[in-house]
Amino acid sequence: MALNGMQIYKLLPRKNCKECGFPTCLAFAMKLAQGGTEAEKCPYMSEEAKAQLAEATAPPMKTVKFGRGDTEYTLGGETVLFRHEKTFVNRPRFAILFSDTMTEDEIKTRIDHINAIDYTRINEEMYIEVGAFRCESQDKDKFTSLIKNVTESCPKIVPMIITENPEIAKAALDISAEKGPILFGATADNYEDMVKLAKENNLLLGVTADGKENLYELVQKIQNAGYKELLLDAKSRNLKGAFDDMVNIRRTALLSGDRTFGYPTAAFVCDMSTDKMMQLACASLFVEKYASIIVLSDMDYAMALPLFALRQNIYTDPQRPMRIEQDVYKIGPVDEESPLLVTVDFALTYFIVSGEVERSKVPAWILIPDAGGYSVLTAWAAGKFNAKSIAKALKEFDVENKVKTREMIIPGKVAVLKADIEDELPGWKVIVGPEEAAALPNFLKKYKEQNKAS
Amino acid sequence: MAYKMPTQKYSGKILEVTVGSDLKLGGESVLPFYSFDGNIGNKPAIGMEIWDIFPESWPAAALNVFKDVADDPLKWAAYCVEKYKPDFICIKFEGASPDGLNRAVEECAEIAKKLADNLTVPLVIAGCQDNDKNAKLFTKVAEALTNKNYAFLSAIEANYKEVAAAVGLAYGNIVVAESSVDLNLAKQLNILITQLGVKPDKMLMNPGCAAVGYGFEYVITTLDRIKLAALEQNDETLQMPIISPVSFEAWKVKESVVTQEDIPEWGPQEERGIAMEISSAVGVLTAGANAVILRHPRSVEVIRNFITEMTE
Repeated sequence: MALNGMQIYKLLPRKNCKECGFPTCLAFAMKLAQGGTEAEKCPYMSEEAKAQLAEATAPPMKTVKFGRGDTEYTLGGETVLFRHEKTFVNRPRFAILFSDTMTEDEIKTRIDHINAIDYTRINEEMYIEVGAFRCESQDKDKFTSLIKNVTESCPKIVPMIITENPEIAKAALDISAEKGPILFGATADNYEDMVKLAKENNLLLGVTADGKENLYELVQKIQNAGYKELLLDAKSRNLKGAFDDMVNIRRTALLSGDRTFGYPTAAFVCDMSTDKMMQLACASLFVEKYASIIVLSDMDYAMALPLFALRQNIYTDPQRPMRIEQDVYKIGPVDEESPLLVTVDFALTYFIVSGEVERSKVPAWILIPDAGGYSVLTAWAAGKFNAKSIAKALKEFDVENKVKTREMIIPGKVAVLKADIEDELPGWKVIVGPEEAAALPNFLKKYKEQNKAS
Repeated sequence: MAYKMPTQKYSGKILEVTVGSDLKLGGESVLPFYSFDGNIGNKPAIGMEIWDIFPESWPAAALNVFKDVADDPLKWAAYCVEKYKPDFICIKFEGASPDGLNRAVEECAEIAKKLADNLTVPLVIAGCQDNDKNAKLFTKVAEALTNKNYAFLSAIEANYKEVAAAVGLAYGNIVVAESSVDLNLAKQLNILITQLGVKPDKMLMNPGCAAVGYGFEYVITTLDRIKLAALEQNDETLQMPIISPVSFEAWKVKESVVTQEDIPEWGPQEERGIAMEISSAVGVLTAGANAVILRHPRSVEVIRNFITEMTE
């Protein structure tokens, strides 16, 4: 349980030495209680007091890692149930299921999908991070050759080894331990062996038990055995039950402050439906609330586009809106005669504007200057979106050599910029566009026709 | 130590609002689908979107299913109701747009009246892009549908006086208050509309909608905050059920609009549109939408299945 400032004060040496940088021990204690400084700053605290403080100030949900090197991922560490209360920090990772009883064709389709899905969306690389290998044959060789085959074909994925048989798990780890796989399958019956394997290889250990009560008991046993790198599964495989598990495990940690459930969870969407669109629905639910590993049977582009986009949105820090890189963007098959629009670098604005341009079927260039990442009016009011920033971007991205037009369309809401821009950029004419992006398709069609006529 | 499951009890409750004669929305006293905490109220409802004119601008993928009926809203609505059994039909009067056909409001009212006379499910009436035209349109249509208790999408800050007075006060229908992804704006508009005399149980809210990937985080956060204020703080100005026109957004974003010829690796366009619609719908339902409007029959099927599994 968290300690308040006075409780912390009692643990301090109370000599007001100022060596921590604060004028008194009490001031230091108060700051510590708010999480504004670290206990280590006090050079005179006893070891016992330090341990007590570390326990009291540790976050309610543990941050754990899996994978290695470039493909190392962090899960958990969340401090709030709703993103507006602060922010969500560690996005869930998507896994595709492979079973050693699948046909070669089924395996190949999934490998192809994993290798195909690879794109960038607002500065984030989108790809499937995990291959979940489920041993159903109980045949060690079959299982390891599946893992070998898939990880060789998909070098980026981190394996998740799903078996409750420690011997099979060991064989799988022999060929995959250097990738930092998730070892999934500690149960009440095998946990001693599984913890040993996880410890030896420093792995994230999946803990699975029927229902939250049994899971809770098992986690306590595993914690007592000295292992705390865990991923939880209370085994509901229907949507309603799994939702209950995800929400209540998270609430137990964050609301009740009970660290036995202060670990990330896995959602086995692959077992909830055979319909891929239903799996998409389930996965969307769990991106929002509150899974950390989401296992799907398969994922093609149609599923990836909304899932990765949703995840990116939900895990955006509300304090720091998403920005699009400054550049001159091509929407559709543009040529040097295509119209040129200007808007701000706030990602949402860019997406809405580019979407409407796309819909208009009039290929166009969109110039994005440095506008501080704000929306049009805010950026204008803050002096970030003005003649100077637009002129700078125009030069920087060599627009005058890319397009023949000397007209630029600006958002209707900043019509006042017209004269400034024309002064700043001799030879250019500013056209005031619509106030709302939704009016762009009509506007662009008319604009194009007028230009043809003239 | 044995496991103790945390529960959250709330002091507030979402109003139960009846659309038409028996489609009940809202009524929950817990967060969306939190049946482990208490009463989840009425199941979220699913509506299907139709237009008064042939929807040339829809991606072919969304249109193919309806191409034989989409030139006649009556046929179109009947086809949807019979085949896909939505809880309501949303008729969008895109033809009223001054930038398009500029259809007269009297003509729109006639279409609405015929639909109401022929349908077994309630109607939700949506307007075009033009706020002034919508105020006139809603007034005329609400008059033609007097005391039908149908929902009008929507009254916004610029036209709420006219829309709320006609729809809610004069002609006995339901006013949807629309604001753009901000709890305070939603609250303010609800207060203004109730101050005109519209009863809160004759109102719904659309506090903003989007497709996943397109500022969807603002939508989710606005819905989260509204439901928390309504339930935890018992804020009576935010207890109206929420309706989210998902299809208006999901089918116009790049992922749904780009053809397979343009980006072959993305695969069939129809699947992408459906997937965007499903994911966006689940997103808003999970954060508090009490009704969603969808376009594609496959989305309707999957979202119905989703709601059933979450509530039964």
